[in-house]
Amino acid sequence: MTDETVQPESQPQGNGQPQASSDEKYYVRFTLAQRYLHVVLFTSFLGLAATGLPMRFSDNASARFFARIVGGFGAILFFHKFCAVVLTLAFLYHLKDIFARAFIRKEKGIFWGPTSMVANWKDVQDLVGHLRWFVGLGPKPQFERYAYWEKFDYWAVFWGMIVIGFSGYAMWFAPFFAHFLPGWALNAVLVIHGEEALLAILFIFSIHFVNTHLRPDSFPMDMVIFTGKETDEEFRKKRTLEYERLAAEGKLEARVGDKPVYWWENFARVIGFTAILIGLLLLVLTLIGYFGSA
Amino acid sequence: MSLPAVLHAQTDCLVCHADKTLQDASGHSVGVDGDKFHASIHGSLSCTNCHTSIKEYPHPEHIDVVKCASCHADQAAGIGGSVHATASEHPCTSCHGDAHAIFPKTDARSAVYPLNIPRTCGNCHADPALAKKYGLQNVFSVYMDSIHGYAVSKEGLLVAANCMSCHGSHQILSHKDPKSPTYKTNIPNTCGTCHGGVVEEYSAGVHGKAVAGGNLAAPVCSDCHTAHAILQPTEAEFRMQSTPICGSCHKGRFATYQDTFHSQLGLLGGYVETARCWDCHGAHGILPASDPASPVNKANLIKTCGRCHADANASFVEYQPHANPHNRKLNPPLYFTRFFMNLLLWSVLGFFSLHTLLWFIRAKREQGKTGPTEETKHD
Repeated sequence: MTDETVQPESQPQGNGQPQASSDEKYYVRFTLAQRYLHVVLFTSFLGLAATGLPMRFSDNASARFFARIVGGFGAILFFHKFCAVVLTLAFLYHLKDIFARAFIRKEKGIFWGPTSMVANWKDVQDLVGHLRWFVGLGPKPQFERYAYWEKFDYWAVFWGMIVIGFSGYAMWFAPFFAHFLPGWALNAVLVIHGEEALLAILFIFSIHFVNTHLRPDSFPMDMVIFTGKETDEEFRKKRTLEYERLAAEGKLEARVGDKPVYWWENFARVIGFTAILIGLLLLVLTLIGYFGSA
Repeated sequence: MSLPAVLHAQTDCLVCHADKTLQDASGHSVGVDGDKFHASIHGSLSCTNCHTSIKEYPHPEHIDVVKCASCHADQAAGIGGSVHATASEHPCTSCHGDAHAIFPKTDARSAVYPLNIPRTCGNCHADPALAKKYGLQNVFSVYMDSIHGYAVSKEGLLVAANCMSCHGSHQILSHKDPKSPTYKTNIPNTCGTCHGGVVEEYSAGVHGKAVAGGNLAAPVCSDCHTAHAILQPTEAEFRMQSTPICGSCHKGRFATYQDTFHSQLGLLGGYVETARCWDCHGAHGILPASDPASPVNKANLIKTCGRCHADANASFVEYQPHANPHNRKLNPPLYFTRFFMNLLLWSVLGFFSLHTLLWFIRAKREQGKTGPTEETKHD
């Protein structure tokens, strides 16, 4: 349930022309704050995964090797908790943002409508239509601002943060949580934390990576989450319904933004590819840990 | 040739044998340091007390081998029944050193002075070739690095255990011999010679009672502490190595422990404070949980858990340190939690793997059909 009002912003390093050329028109999709939130999200998530995996698969040789080079379990747990606090703050910031936009700025369409993150009947139709298109049984569905798999990504992370976060804090402050949780719950939180984290790691590093970045239409990386901008063609092809709706409402011009600055895009590529490579490495280690130790 | 000023029965012999370069026909040195011999424990004896075959001068080229047993009959009998019984390979001098410079074991110059014993035994037992020949473990270096070896070699503690303290001296027996102080059931007594309080505690615990009752599978001191490599129990290395030792018998309990955060923490090292078996169960006098004196008795859990978890309360100690999420009967909530989480995990991953795979294939084919412009990002 995020995002409608993306203000056309001028790039901070705006040395490019306001509009590169007539055929290279750029539209703003994400605000700077949203892009930074994604960076904070994936950085802390990579940190949590890299430090959580050695704990989950602590009988694995690579886990012990990693623990030894970073200074043992104490260092790993410290870093894990540090990343957890960073991610918690990012989550709270996001909640505050939604709250402010919905109830203070009274933005419409946050909780319902074509630009909302909340799933609707069209998403179900899109999913079925998309599956039919995969196997050649129907036309390719057209998507609004957020496609159903993007909404699933969002809610998976949202649910995951609540579940993993709660179970994590329950372990961190176990005697405190024991005041209102039954004894068996203290056993259960480790199982919940570990399994849900495993799901998050496997999902993000395989499904999210492929759906968003590595599939042929976006390969090797969808830069829009880093630059915030996409070309006219991209916008039209990927989010046809939003494009047409904005065009019909005459709001398309208000979304025009600057061409992403060259160095910024390259810098973002380096960061993004590093994250993807670390993620894929962690994916391999996870699979080795899971199927290797059973 | 100058002779010592003191005149003794040995003087006549030393006229010749004081020459340290003197050799017999086969090249063995037959020189004797008269001063040293005089100071030794045998200093008051005359040469012929031991070299009994010499009756007159000049004596024959070949004389009989000295028989220490003629005086030291008890020790000789002990050696006779021991692992060192082959006299040709283990003459008295192999441990006591130079026959003409033997000192009492309380004398720092003695080869069998407590602080010198490890080195003396090590003359043979630190030799890898010899260890290989007799199928012995190379324990010398391991002992020297142990808490006992450290106490002897670095701290110079006369009371610290040296080889002899546990194995005996003349009558050293194989640990398989029920009369040996290192035979399994004798080990608590052997260690108890010094560690009396611990053995008292041990004997009252389940392991001690089991061993006393003839159960040879139950552990004695050396099963947990090892025999030679004994570490300080508070050391990280000992804490790291000992949990699997308990686990080698308590397999089921070890497996469920390994599922817990205590174990996950512990395995990675660098954080050795996490609960190991004996942190909760006690070490020497382990009692069944039903015993009110056991630290894992329900009534004592808050105190026991509280040693690490300062705010432990009644609900907190309901935590099961050996819960088995695979056992539906014993741990139903945990079983169903795990079941649900796994169902979620595999259904989400299963569905989306298929979804993404089909999408990937379709998008690839689409791309091939229409060229790279179809739905492609610019670059």
